[in-house]
Parts: sequence; C-alpha cells; structure tokens
Amino acid sequence: MVIGLEVHCELKTATKLFCGCPNVFGDEPNTNVCPVCLGLPGSLPVINQKAVELAMAIGTALRCEIRPSTFHRKNYFYPDQAKDYQITQYDEPINVNGYLDLPDGTRVGVERAHMEEDTGKTSHAGASGRIHGADYSLVDYNRSGVPLVEIVSAPDMRSSAQARAYAAELRAVLIASGASDGKMEEGSMRVDANVSVRRSPDEAFGTRCEIKNLNSVRSVGRAVEYEAERQIALIESGERVVQQTRHWDEDAGRTVALRSKEDAYDYRYFLEPDLVPLVPDSEWIHAVGDTMGPMPAVRRARLVELLGDAGDVTEAQVDQVATVVDLGLDGLVMAAVAGGVGSGLALARTANEAATDAESARRLDPERYVALLTMEASGALTATQAKAVLAELLSAGGGDPAAIAASRGFETMSEDSLAATVADVVAAHPEDWERYCHGDDADRKKLSQFFTGLVMKSTRGQADGKAVAAELRRLRA
Amino acid sequence: MAEPGRLTRDEVAHVADLARLELTEDELELFTGQLAEVLDHAADVASLDLTGVAPTAHAMAVSNVLRPDEVRPALDRDEVLGQAPSVEDHRFRVPRILGDAP
Repeated sequence: MVIGLEVHCELKTATKLFCGCPNVFGDEPNTNVCPVCLGLPGSLPVINQKAVELAMAIGTALRCEIRPSTFHRKNYFYPDQAKDYQITQYDEPINVNGYLDLPDGTRVGVERAHMEEDTGKTSHAGASGRIHGADYSLVDYNRSGVPLVEIVSAPDMRSSAQARAYAAELRAVLIASGASDGKMEEGSMRVDANVSVRRSPDEAFGTRCEIKNLNSVRSVGRAVEYEAERQIALIESGERVVQQTRHWDEDAGRTVALRSKEDAYDYRYFLEPDLVPLVPDSEWIHAVGDTMGPMPAVRRARLVELLGDAGDVTEAQVDQVATVVDLGLDGLVMAAVAGGVGSGLALARTANEAATDAESARRLDPERYVALLTMEASGALTATQAKAVLAELLSAGGGDPAAIAASRGFETMSEDSLAATVADVVAAHPEDWERYCHGDDADRKKLSQFFTGLVMKSTRGQADGKAVAAELRRLRA
Repeated sequence: MAEPGRLTRDEVAHVADLARLELTEDELELFTGQLAEVLDHAADVASLDLTGVAPTAHAMAVSNVLRPDEVRPALDRDEVLGQAPSVEDHRFRVPRILGDAP
C-alpha cells in the first residue's frame, strides 16, 4: 500500500488569522465573530503576525524551505465560509520540500505546509438527524477564520503502522514547536489519508481514495488498514478502484463513499486582492527558529542516554520515554536525575504517575518533584506513599512533599517498630508461620504476601513491603 | 467556431453556473463579447516582452503587512443574528445543503 497524509493543524494564537476575534475552542456559538470573519461587505483581512511565525516554526521543525508566499481565494458555495470563498495559499506556499523522520528511521517527505483559514462549523438538522435527510443546516462561525497550517506529506508511507507513526510524530513535533496543542479530540489536528494499493513496489501508484474524519492516531491506522484491504478485495475480484473521497466511520470500523472525483469542484483560485505577499527575510526566519526548543527525537535520545547503554533499555522504557516527551514532562525527569534520583525511577514515576495529570505536572516546581522522588529513593517513603503524595501535589497544584507526607502520617517506620509489628503478626498466626518456614517455595511466596498484607493493615500502609519480606526471611533463618 | 483562445459562450455559461448566476440567451451573448474584450486586453499585456522584469503579486510593491496577535472585541451576538433571515439555537439557519463541504 501507498499512503500520503494531509494534516490540518490549528495554530495556537490568541486571535484568528485575518481578524482580532478570539481563537478559542468550545465557546457559545457565534460569540467570536466580526465583520471580517462574517464576510460582511467592506471588511478587509489583515494577517496575524503570530500565525505567520507559528507557520514558519512548523516549516523549521519539518526542515522545509521557507519562501515568499501569497494568498488566493478558493471559491465554493457552502455555508461554512460566509464569504463563499476560503483564503488559502495555493501555488506559492510559505513552506516547501521538508521531511519528517519517524522513530523507525523512515524519512517521510513533506511537500508543503501552507497557511489557510479554518471554516465555520455546520450542523445538520431535520427529521432524520443525518446529513442526507437534513431539512436545513445551522452554522456557527466561531471557528471561521481560525489560522491553520495544512501539512501535505509525500506518498512515502507503505504500511498502516508507518501512517500511525507519522501522525504521532507530527503531533509531537507540532506541540514541541509551540504551533499547536495537538488536541485531536478538539479538532486541533485533523488528518486525511490518501491510500492506494499496487501489486509490487515496481508498479506505478494505483488509483487512490482520500479518507476523511480521522480523529485519533489510532483511527489513522485502522482506517488505512481497512481501506487498503477494501481496495485489494476489489482488484482481486476483477473490479477497479474508483477515485473518490470516503468517510471513516469509527464505530462501524469502515470507510463509506462520500463523493467521486468526477464531480470535482472548480474552485476558480485567484490571488486575494486584499492581501499583499509575505516575504520573510532570513533574520526573521532565524529569530523564529531561535525561540524553538529541541524536537521530540532529540529529547527522546537525551532521555535514553540517561538510562544508560541503549542495549539495556527495555521496551516498556522506550514507551515511557515517548509518553514523557509527548506530554512535555522530560524536564521533570532530567531535573530528578540531575538531583541524584535513579533514571529508572525518575522515568517510571513521570511516565506512569505524573503523566496521568500532565497539565498539572508541567506546572509543578521541579524542585518539589525531585524532593519527593529523593524521599522515595532513600526509603523514607514507600512507593505507594510516594504515589499518594504525588497525586496530592498535582491536584493541589504544588506544596511541600515532606509536609504532605507528614500530614498523612507517612512517617518512616523505624526498623525496630517494623520488626516488632512483624513479630506480633507472626506470633498471632503460628500455623501459617510453620508453613512459611517449612513449606515449599510456592507456599512461602504466598504466605510472605499474606504476612505482608497483615503488616500493611496493622500499620495502615506505612510499612515498606520489601522491608517486611526481608524481616520475615531474617526471622526464619 | 471562434478564433483559437477566444472565450466561448459555453465557457461563459459554465462560469455563470459556478457563480450561481442565471443568464438569459441575450445576456450570455452580451457577456461573452464583453468578457472576451477584457481578456483580449489582458492578452495584450501578456504579449509584452517582460524579460528581466520581476513578477508582482500586487499593484502596490508592499509586503508583510501584519497585525499583532491581540484580541479585539467581537460583535454582539444578538445584533449579528438579528441581521440574518433565519436563526435557530444561536446559529444561522441556512437552506438544506446538497453534497458536502469541498
């Protein structure tokens, strides 16, 4: 199979592309509108400087050539644009000829990454509640004019796994470049996939279909897989693939025909007369590049380096590294390791616990985090206690880990009191103790857990499980 | 048949259709002639020898006209929707759409 992806990314600006209306998701319908985005006569668009800079940041991150560019009007009759045209970049896009390297080493070409305005949101009402039976449509223009960058890949992907990896990596890059929040569920990043199949890599590309409505990295993989199989089945049964746009139905797990390319639209593109060209000089391009932090691939490599020899890194840790970088939490891991915490513990706590509330974790004072992990590493807190303190640190938006631990009664159990508790528990269950001492390995393991559970109960979780097991072994010897 | 490259009546009918304009036979005839003259003028310009002249995208030689990313107050929703012929649920109500967004 041959796959190319087109990704629309909403830029993280305060205002829309051509007017000062707020760029916010989820506001009441038609509250963020003005004469420009409502297409009222006499209104004029003016380009948002921040949107241009974020588009250049994307171009820089994707190793594109950043060029002088112009805007066109794309004309069509559909009420999602009040003007009856969309302003977009056509034959002179701002970014061309870049690439994105996937974690497996595949290099996927990026043909262009151009700027355009988003459309309004239409919903279809009527007896049936479905698009086709709709009696009328309702339009909300809040999203109309929101700045987008459309990133068009070359047809360089050859499996659904690669398509998934590209979508995931691009999402991470868009977040890292500061251009987007990458929230696919809110439509901040929308993916269309062009899929075709052929019998061998030597053949020319087959007829392609474009799949729309891919709202998660997972659905990109599923839809591409389904579509390739559909096309193969068609060809093997002697039919041919018709070039068309298809809609991915996530619940049904299949694609359905939306329209054929035969009724392709004639958009009558022409230069937008109300806008002048964008001509970024190298000084401006470099200034944008200087504000950007390192890209995810570099940040992942740094974390892997902290873990020691690449050969020792487990598969689970590779996943943890990816999670931590995707969520922008690698700073916490780096700080913990710099503060003397073991890299394995720092990575695991960050990927497994801090990641459950990444937004709060990103705001956490790294010093507090390091202090907490140091307490766990030194044995002052058990793993269970450390997780509980971290959860409170995150939900409260900060605090002193030592104070939180004290307020919850998470004090270090002295060795003596631990030994005394273990001795009490053992004395209260002489038969079980007998079996622990003289039973087989399976018995001993089971009873060790039994005694540990009793100690935990009697100390309300303050005891360290490992220390209890060690004490049991000592008593038996 | 018209001379090569000259605008045809069918092309004008097609463009009118794209623009959702309904033209009578007489109007088609009239606009075909008028538009052809406009295009002839453009063709005159296009025939000039422009070797060494940089292309321009706009009548004014200006670029990078930008505004800062600062929020300006939006319009009052009641006022906005008050201008529309039909409104439902704080949204513009428009006739049923055939097909889908391009």
